[in-house]
Amino acid sequence: MGSHGIKDQVAIIGVGCTPFAEHWDKSLDDLIIDGAQATYASAGVAQDDIDAFWFGTSQSAASGLAMGGPLKIQGKPITRVENYCATGSEAMRQAAYAVASGAYDLVMTLGAEKVKDGGYQGLNAFPIPTDGTQRTLTAAAMFSLILPAYAAKYSIDEDDLRYAVAKIAEKNHYNGARNPLAQFRLETSAEQICQMAAVAGRLSVFDCAGVADGAAGAILCRASDAHKYCDDPLYIKALSCVAGTGAGSLDPDYDYTTLHESKWAADDAYAQADVTDPTTEIAMAEVHDCFTPTEFVLMEDLGFSARGEAYRDVLDGAFALDGRLPVNTDGGLKSFGHPVGASGLRMLFEVWLQLRGAAPDDRSIRASDRTLGLTHNLGGYPGEMVSFVGIYGTEIG
Amino acid sequence: MRGIIAAGVHVPHHRLDRREIAALFGKGGGRGTRSVASYDEDTTTMGAEAARNALRNAGDVAVDSLWFATSTPAYLEKTNAAAIHAALRLAPSVGALDMGGALRSGIGTLRTALSAVGTTLVVSSDIRDGMATSSDEATGGDGAAALLVGDDTAGTVIAEYLGSGVATDELLERWRIPGAARSRVWEERFGEVAYAPLIQDAFAAALADAGISSDDVDHLALTGMHSRAVKRNQARLGVPSERLVDDLADTVGNTGTAHGALMLASALESAGPDEIIVLVVLADGVEAVVLRTTEAIVDHHVSWPVSAQIAAGGSVSYGKYLSWRQMVAVEPPNRPAPNRPSASAAHRREAWKFGFVGTRDRSSQMVHLPPARVSEKGGAVDDMDPIPMADTEGTIASFTVDKLVYSPSPPVVFAVVDFDGGGRAPLELTDVAADQVEVGGRVEPTFRRLYTSDEIHNYFWKVRPVRSTGTLGES
Repeated sequence: MGSHGIKDQVAIIGVGCTPFAEHWDKSLDDLIIDGAQATYASAGVAQDDIDAFWFGTSQSAASGLAMGGPLKIQGKPITRVENYCATGSEAMRQAAYAVASGAYDLVMTLGAEKVKDGGYQGLNAFPIPTDGTQRTLTAAAMFSLILPAYAAKYSIDEDDLRYAVAKIAEKNHYNGARNPLAQFRLETSAEQICQMAAVAGRLSVFDCAGVADGAAGAILCRASDAHKYCDDPLYIKALSCVAGTGAGSLDPDYDYTTLHESKWAADDAYAQADVTDPTTEIAMAEVHDCFTPTEFVLMEDLGFSARGEAYRDVLDGAFALDGRLPVNTDGGLKSFGHPVGASGLRMLFEVWLQLRGAAPDDRSIRASDRTLGLTHNLGGYPGEMVSFVGIYGTEIG
Repeated sequence: MRGIIAAGVHVPHHRLDRREIAALFGKGGGRGTRSVASYDEDTTTMGAEAARNALRNAGDVAVDSLWFATSTPAYLEKTNAAAIHAALRLAPSVGALDMGGALRSGIGTLRTALSAVGTTLVVSSDIRDGMATSSDEATGGDGAAALLVGDDTAGTVIAEYLGSGVATDELLERWRIPGAARSRVWEERFGEVAYAPLIQDAFAAALADAGISSDDVDHLALTGMHSRAVKRNQARLGVPSERLVDDLADTVGNTGTAHGALMLASALESAGPDEIIVLVVLADGVEAVVLRTTEAIVDHHVSWPVSAQIAAGGSVSYGKYLSWRQMVAVEPPNRPAPNRPSASAAHRREAWKFGFVGTRDRSSQMVHLPPARVSEKGGAVDDMDPIPMADTEGTIASFTVDKLVYSPSPPVVFAVVDFDGGGRAPLELTDVAADQVEVGGRVEPTFRRLYTSDEIHNYFWKVRPVRSTGTLGES
C-alpha cells in the first residue's frame, strides 16, 4: 500500500480560463462554452479529438449532462465531480488518473461555477435535509477563528497579526491589478483594509475572496504523447487529496493554528514529486486564499515558512511577486475571484503561464532554475476540510 | 404526605427598563424593569429550563408525568410538553401533556397535581406581550416555573399540600382570539367588582379545606393579570400586608400563566419550616392552594434561586425588544434564511437535538459531539456509550462574531466549546454581549430555539456564561 502518484506520466498540453467576474450576462452554459473554447484553443485540439471529460461544479448543476448539453458532446463519457471548493482540482485529478491508467489518450477537465444568480452575497450551501443542529456560521467566521488562536499560540499582538494578514490581501490585490482576467483589478493597502468594518471576527470584506462567475479547463494526455500537441507542456509531478474527519469540531486537541488536511496533502505531494525542500525547489505557488488567515497559515502547512514564522515572512514580503517564493501571482481567490468549481483549474492556468514564461511582464516571477509550480486548493473549514495539492514541472525527471 | 418536592424557575436574562417605552413614545411604560424572553426563547424552552432547575433541586426523583401549561404555546396540536420531556431526557413511559390556552391553566394544573396521585412535574411558562405603550407590555413579564409534586415516598416533601378552594365564574374580563397579537380587556372596574366575592369564596374554601384560619397564614401569594382586583382585594383577606409575597412587579413583571408558581417558588426560598403558604390566583374565577412547609426545607438547596436570577439579568434595549416581538421589522442579513429541519432526521437524533446527549468511545474515552458510531481516535465501530452533556460546563476555546450569517437577531456570537471531562462542540453563545466574550470563559448549555422555518421551530442547545460568573451587558 502507498500513495505512489503518477509523476511524469501525464502531461498538460493546454489550459484555458475565462475572465472571472459578476457575469450578469452569462449563464452557466455560456461559461462552460467560453471556458471550453479557451481551453481547446490553448491546446490546439478540437472537441472531437477528446476521449473523455471530467466536469467540476460545486453547486451550479448536477451530472455530466450539464457539460454535454451546452457543448453538444456526442457519445463520450462525462463525469461530474464535486469536492467543495477543491472541486476543480479534483476534476483534474480524476482526469489525470484516467490518462495514467491507459484508459484514454486525450481528456479534458473543465470547472465552472455560476454563483451570481443566487441573489445573495457570498457563497451559500446547498440545502440538505438535516436535524437542524448543524453549525450555520459563514465560512468567513469559521476562518476568522485562526487569528486569535494563532496570536495566542505565538504571543503576537492581535492587532499586529491582523495587519500581517491584511498585507496578504494587499499583495494579492497588487498581483490581481496586473491580471486582465481578474475580478478585482485595484490595488489596496493593508492600512486601508485594517480600517474597514469587521464582518466576521476581525475580518473585513476585503479579507474575503471575491465571489465571481467563471470557468477554466485543461487538456491532458500521456507524457509520451505531449510533444505531438505542444512544444512546452507541463508534466504532472504530484496530485494529492486529503479529506478530513471533521476532527477540529470534535477534538479539543485542535487549536485552529494549522490546517492538518493541507499539511498532510502537501507531505504526500512532496513525496510523490521527490521534493525535499519546497522553499528552494518550488518556483511559485497558487494557494487557496479564501480568507487572508487561510493563506497565512498555509505558508506553514505547505512548508514555505517554519512554524511560527509566517508572521515575519509575510511582513518581509517573502511571498510577493519579487519575494523568495511568489504566492498567488495572479491575485488569488482574493483578487481573481472564486467561482468555486473553476478555482482549482484557474490556479493551474497561472502555473501554466508562469512556468512557461507566458505570464505578462508586469507580473512575471523572476527567472530562476526552479522548474516546479504548486497549486493548493481546499474546501471546508479549519478542522474540517478537503485539501488538494498538485505539483507541476516543465521537465521530465 | 403529599406536596411540593422541589421548585425551579427560569427568569430570562434580559430586562427591559420600562422608562425606555415612554422615552420613545411619550407614553406607556413606568418604573422598574420587566423580564424579556430572548429571541431564541419561547414558552417551551423557558419551561424546559425551569424544569431542569426543579429536577436539579429535587435530586434523584423519578417523574411519572410532565404537565405543561401556557397561554402562549409554541405549537398548537403538537404537544409542547413532549419537547420539554425530550430536553429533560425523561423515559418514554413518563407522560407529557399540554394544559394550555387559558391563564388559569397554570394554577389549575398545580392544584390538580396536588390533589392527584403520582409524581408530576408541573411546568408553567408564559410570554406576555402587548401593543407598544400598552399596560400589558409594561406590566407583563416573561418566565417559567416548575414544581415537582409528589408523595414523600417518591422524594422529600418541602411543602405539604393541606387543601384548596375554587370559585369558577364565566367572566368576560380578559380574552384573546387565537393568533391575535394582543389581549383585550373589559372596563377595569367591572373585573375589580366581579372578582371580589370570588376571591373571598375561594380563599375561605381553601382555608376550610386545610383546617386553618387566616391568622395562620404566614405567606400569602396573591396574583392575577387584573392587578387592580388583586390590589384592592388583598387587604380584605385578613392577612397582614407584611405577610404578602412580593409579586415581582418591579423586576420581572407579571408572567401570566407562570406567575402563581413563580411567586410560590420565591416564597418557598424564603420560608422557614412549619409555615403556611397560600397561593391565590385570579383568572376567570379564583383558585387557591394551601401548603405548609416541612422541616426538610431547612436543608433544601436551591441551585439557582429566583432572587439570584432576578439579580443576574442584563438589559435589552426597547428597540431590540420590539424587533424580537415582531412589533418592528428590522432588515435581516442578506443571506438565505435557514432550511426547515427534517422531521425524520430530527427524530433519529432526538437524544442529541433535544437532550444534548453525545457518545463516548469505550476504548479511547473520547467524547463525540454529536454522537458518532466510529471513533475519531482508534476507529472502534459501534462501541460507544451515550453521555449526557446538558449539565456539563465548558470553556471557550475560541470564538468569533459573525455579522454576515442569517440570524433572527444578528450578529451570531459563536464559540468552540471544550467541555469539562472531554468533548468539543461548536455552539452559539446566547445571553451575552459580544464584546464581553473571552477565550477561557466558562459556559453551560441552555435549551433554545435556533430559528423557525416553514412554521417549524428548530430547537437545539446553545451555551451561555455560567451564571455564577456570568457577565452582564447590553445587547
